[in-house]
Amino acid sequence: MFNKVLGWFDDRLPVTATWERHLSKYPAPINMNIWYLAGVLLVLVMVIQFLSGIWLLMNYDPTAEGAFASIQYIMRDVEYGWIIRYMHTTGSSAFFALIYLHMLRGMLYGSYQKPRELIWVLGWITYFLLCALGFTGYVLPWGQMSFWAAQVIMSLFGSIPVVGEDLLIWIRGDYLISGITLTRLFALHVVLLPLALIVVVFVHFLALHEVGSNNPDGVDVKKYTDQDGVPLDTKPFFPYDITHDIYAIGIFLIFFCFIMFFYPDGGGYLIEAVNYEAADRLQTPDHIVPSWYYTPFYAMLRAITFPLFGLSAKFIGFVVMAAGIAIFVAMPWLDRSPVKSIRYKGIYSKLFLIVFIISFLVLGYLGTVAPSPFRTTLAQIFTFTYFAYFLLMPIYTKYETCKPVPDRVTLS
Amino acid sequence: MKYLSLLVLLFSIQLESSSTGPCGEYITEDESNQGECIKIDTDHTDKASLQRGAKLYFNYCLGCHSLKFARYNRLAKDLEIPEEIFQQNLIFGDQKMGDLIEIGMSSKDAKDWFGVPPPDLTLETSLRGEDWVYTYLKSFYIDETRPLGVNNSVYKNVGMPNVLATLQGRQISVCKELPDIADNGGLKQDPLTGQIINITKCGFLEADQPGLMNEEEFDSAIFDLTNFLSYMADPIREERKSLGVYVILYLVIFSIFGYLLYREFKKDLH
Amino acid sequence: MQPKPPSKPGRRKFLIAATSVLGGVGIAATAVPFLGSWKPSARAQAAGAPTKVDISKLQKGEMMIVEWRGAPIFVVSHSEKSLSLLGNNLSRLSDPDSNQDQQPEYAKNSLRARKEGISVLSGVCTHLGCSPKYYPDLGANDFDNDWQGGFFCPCHGSKFDLAGRVYAGVPAPDNLKVPPHYYESNKVLVIGQDDEKT
Repeated sequence: MFNKVLGWFDDRLPVTATWERHLSKYPAPINMNIWYLAGVLLVLVMVIQFLSGIWLLMNYDPTAEGAFASIQYIMRDVEYGWIIRYMHTTGSSAFFALIYLHMLRGMLYGSYQKPRELIWVLGWITYFLLCALGFTGYVLPWGQMSFWAAQVIMSLFGSIPVVGEDLLIWIRGDYLISGITLTRLFALHVVLLPLALIVVVFVHFLALHEVGSNNPDGVDVKKYTDQDGVPLDTKPFFPYDITHDIYAIGIFLIFFCFIMFFYPDGGGYLIEAVNYEAADRLQTPDHIVPSWYYTPFYAMLRAITFPLFGLSAKFIGFVVMAAGIAIFVAMPWLDRSPVKSIRYKGIYSKLFLIVFIISFLVLGYLGTVAPSPFRTTLAQIFTFTYFAYFLLMPIYTKYETCKPVPDRVTLS
Repeated sequence: MKYLSLLVLLFSIQLESSSTGPCGEYITEDESNQGECIKIDTDHTDKASLQRGAKLYFNYCLGCHSLKFARYNRLAKDLEIPEEIFQQNLIFGDQKMGDLIEIGMSSKDAKDWFGVPPPDLTLETSLRGEDWVYTYLKSFYIDETRPLGVNNSVYKNVGMPNVLATLQGRQISVCKELPDIADNGGLKQDPLTGQIINITKCGFLEADQPGLMNEEEFDSAIFDLTNFLSYMADPIREERKSLGVYVILYLVIFSIFGYLLYREFKKDLH
Repeated sequence: MQPKPPSKPGRRKFLIAATSVLGGVGIAATAVPFLGSWKPSARAQAAGAPTKVDISKLQKGEMMIVEWRGAPIFVVSHSEKSLSLLGNNLSRLSDPDSNQDQQPEYAKNSLRARKEGISVLSGVCTHLGCSPKYYPDLGANDFDNDWQGGFFCPCHGSKFDLAGRVYAGVPAPDNLKVPPHYYESNKVLVIGQDDEKT
């Protein structure tokens, strides 16, 4: 019976063919390791955010007068509203933690190299959209941090020479950050950015499936295929990868739910204490800190304390911060190594990568604390080392001595 | 090795931070770190404490400070106070049990009378911290230079009068001659005479006039009040944690089966 | 790579089944807060709380309209004459004995009232929800040759008698609903609750 119904659909839509090509029979390299789980977990978190977000939307009031109170309404008066709210706040941090791990995997195994440059670019666009989602989303509760973080970030646009002031008014829709700004950020967060995210993630998937997955050895698995054209060093997604993913989802949800039920405000890093007070434009909090996932870039922004070439320190800091986010996209063209995976790259690639990771973490920490002369100097040093990883890459990847890459994948 | 150096780096950054704590100029008897709040452990399962705290709040605080995100009936239910008793004793007007806990004072009047309108306190312990609120309520002292005659060690130049003065009595802020302690913890000595150097340290709160409660009773009352406010900020805390236990338990069982299933199929590949 | 077939297919089947069942339980449990959040919130329940009505000034033959849960409630004090006529019309009614479940037990009598002479009726026509109009006067009129007093719904012409019972042959299928109510005293009617203790 089922087969008859399926056949009816297959005559009209490529249901079985799509299912097999993109899911059940998709050839996954046999040496994929734990780093390869971030992708499916990202899809899971995306679904969690969509569902919890839509449900929050049912009770949220997107006006300056009512937004803050509507969050408390959800937390107290709506049955189980608190679960849905904490699901969404935990999910947004999980989204960023996973995407950074997912990007790091790409950097480790050279997944951005030819022929996967477009997958990487699409992935970077996803990351950028996620940053926009996180920013617009945090403004919506209209607490003190929501308001003042919006104030700080929007004022960066005001620092652009010539057009800055007018641009800032145009972005705000008002002469100050007001309910008008809130409502438009709301529309972006709830409709435009999620739609864009789905579309880009979908194309990211298509691009991946067109070329096939990379693997920890950076070896081309399509080189050796069987008589049906299926690569030898792969396994079909069903049932091997799906069972791995189900297990991974279970473990991931343990961490997720542990935070959601026991530390939903993340010790002040997921829901900042200052945001428990409604927005007050006449009173600035002592420390304005962005969410943890933006802090490395915030540290870079604050590290630039000197004007240059007639441009203000604020503007240059803005440019450096933007460059810090944007420079990832250039990696396919910065990496001149003949080798994909860090396993077989030379000593310089390994060293620079370690320095990059340390820089990212230290900058991240510095972004959470109040500045001081010592910390500013430290931020300047680590901003330099952060960019060195990328900007020197064309040189050290080209001239370092690499190890010989095996012909087939290696299993530990 | 690299992890060790990272840790050392982060630790040194932390040490370098400034020394003012979250509790302003509050200083304890043994003059340990100034600005550190007194630590308390709230307990939302102690209904009796929450009830006493509610009673204090409704009698002393509700005149100026609303709890406008909470409703009377939820409070009565969670604190196990029967609705008729709640209505008789704790509702002073014609509000209904399902109403939000608002106050009669308009914010315009409040601003005129107090300079800054008294804030709503539903989320105060989440905003400032439970320890902060507890220490703040204990730290009022007489200060003739202030318009309301009092100041507060934790919140300098606060616009709030000492509402609980009848219970606590009055405190004054005194200065003491104390040995100067160096950064390494040792006592500073005059290099010539070897005598211990004293410095004048101010901000110590001492009882000046007694109130209806002694110090122990007052501390207990303030704990109840802070416990109550902690509950107001996060009324779902206990239910959230107990539900969390079941959720994690389920996920552990699910993950075990997930793991067994994964391994079962993985056998095929070797 | 060609996978080998399983050596213990029974174990495999069991694990698939067990994990699927556990997963299903998890998904069902996750659905609970989403579905539950659609229940009326504390704000809705507060707005829908029982209403107290002062009926001390209500004259015989008069109707008061009060609001409860967003709908009009008719509180009608009947004249002696109207009450005496209530039994005349029974053959023209669909459900003269109030067999359908449109009223609480205490209103399941010939007057459909808890207190002698006062009807408490939901002013929502049981056809499609318009609010019927009160026509207490007897005699012939536009919609009935022998009107005995009651309610007429202007939207589609449904007719109800003074106790809210629906006429046969009109679009509305049921008698007007009687909301839960009780009399706190002779002067105070509470709509929305069966008695003090609820």
